[in-house]
Amino acid sequence: MSTIESALLDMGGLDILAAQNTPIHRRDPRAKVLTALAFIVTVVSFSKYDLSGLLPLFLYPVVLVALGNLPPRYLLGKLLLASPFALIIGVFNPLLDRTILLRIGPVGLSGGWISFVSILLRFLLTVSAALILISTTGFNAVCLALTRLKVPHVLTVQLMLLYRYIFVLAEEASRMVRAWSLRAVKSRRMSPKVFSSLVGQLLLRAVDRAQRIHMAMLSRGFDGEIRLIRPLRFGMADALFVLAWTAFFVLARACNLPQLLGQAVLGITR
Amino acid sequence: MTHHIVEVQDLNYTYPGGVHALQGVSFRIVHGESVGVVGANGAGKSTLLRHLNGYLMPVQGSVRIGDCLVAKPTLRDVRRAVGMVFQDPDDQLFMPTVYEDVAFGPLNLGLPAAEVEARVMQALDTVGAAHLRDRPPHRLSGGEKRAVAIATVLSMAPDLLVLDEPTSNLDPKARRQFIELLRTFRHTKIIATHDLDMILDLCERTIVLHGGRVTADGPTLQIFNDPELLMRSHLEKPLRMQACPVCGKPT
Ligand SMILES: Nc1ncnc2c1ncn2[C@@H]1O[C@H](COP(=O)(O)OP(=O)(O)OP(=O)(O)O)[C@@H](O)[C@H]1O
Ligand SMILES: [Mg+2]
Repeated sequence: MSTIESALLDMGGLDILAAQNTPIHRRDPRAKVLTALAFIVTVVSFSKYDLSGLLPLFLYPVVLVALGNLPPRYLLGKLLLASPFALIIGVFNPLLDRTILLRIGPVGLSGGWISFVSILLRFLLTVSAALILISTTGFNAVCLALTRLKVPHVLTVQLMLLYRYIFVLAEEASRMVRAWSLRAVKSRRMSPKVFSSLVGQLLLRAVDRAQRIHMAMLSRGFDGEIRLIRPLRFGMADALFVLAWTAFFVLARACNLPQLLGQAVLGITR
Repeated sequence: MTHHIVEVQDLNYTYPGGVHALQGVSFRIVHGESVGVVGANGAGKSTLLRHLNGYLMPVQGSVRIGDCLVAKPTLRDVRRAVGMVFQDPDDQLFMPTVYEDVAFGPLNLGLPAAEVEARVMQALDTVGAAHLRDRPPHRLSGGEKRAVAIATVLSMAPDLLVLDEPTSNLDPKARRQFIELLRTFRHTKIIATHDLDMILDLCERTIVLHGGRVTADGPTLQIFNDPELLMRSHLEKPLRMQACPVCGKPT
């Protein structure tokens, strides 16, 4: 199997990770959703030239990966898969913004470069927070948490079905690509004509299958609401989890921790 | 409560594309019966089954399940009574784990958590899949998927089991196990299939469809012993009823 194919098929792996039982997995989905949201808002709110201020925030993914017993390599692989988007968004900044903001010896760093790196860092943080949320909670539970947090039903059920159909689509696509590659012995490249007809086929098949899945859901009494068996209980530990992390995020946002740390160290050595 | 659990009367259905898939289909099925529905590709078997749980609504004619006439207001009761198992188990299993998938139906019925739990474990035990409860369904073998798909409807305690091509894609051993499993069920069953040998094993009665019409309805053995009828309906005698290919003697 080609790599992109297997990576897509492997997305279901996140839900397998979610079946573990660790201190992080045991937290109420709502606690994790709220914390992840607070984290993402914090990360996004940093100014576009801020680099050092972002660094302490890496504590959050690192701690969750460690306590949640998540495989770092696997998550990094997923991050890499999504990274081209961030590169495309940030890549023009060095060309557009050439004011020199920072001098390290003879080398001047332009604002463009700094904001480019900052975009990459923020991308890394937000996407890994999302991946960690799903792999410690499970996608359906995230949707359930959103529902309990008063996000409209229509939206969360859509989200859930979308997630399910993405795998269906990926599987269908990989089957078609395999069929094509078995017959296209000579050319390793797909001509635009073949490609467009493949995409068209894929759409039709996906619609067909989505219809059959919908039929199966209806015949088991589906009425637009997805119910999960796990009862949600928001306990003391969950409240503490949200509060402690949020406090940390606010602190990291309000004062530049690395700078403070640096001054403190200098202060001691002086 | 009437004695008839399924009553189909003069059912007609035309797909939006203009295909007349069903033309005047009528039959009755009583409690505890196992009925095979056979017919060539495109004969209308799947279309017929889709009417039994109200996924398709009759253009003309009526379908009655127990005391309910299948229509918009009764859909909830109809779907509780009819357990539908689809041809491709991948279409039927859409939750992240086997357990959640089997619990999906009972939760939609609004049962309390303890009752759901009990039903799920009982359904999984019945099909011998209790050990798969925490596995993601899309990574099971074909036979395991089939068993879990059955469990997902058993957990709703249906009065009627409707199965569309349940043995397609099963290897001989899995097929045999599956047939034995179905044999243990006391439910009323309707099975649409090309696997006539399975019908011979499970169903005392057979309905033959051809071109959207019922061409025969009667005891299975009688129908399979009518070569002229089978040929007209693009079918063949079950292999077990044909002469031995090596010695030519009838089996
Ligand atoms: N979604 C659809 N839209 C339009 N026509 C359809 C659709 N599904 C089935 N048909 C047509 O209706 C007729 C009956 O199809 P149906 O699927 O009921 O046959 P079947 O007996 O189940 O066949 P098979 O043994 O191949 O499963 C066929 O002519 C088919 O082309
Ligand atoms: Mg069919």
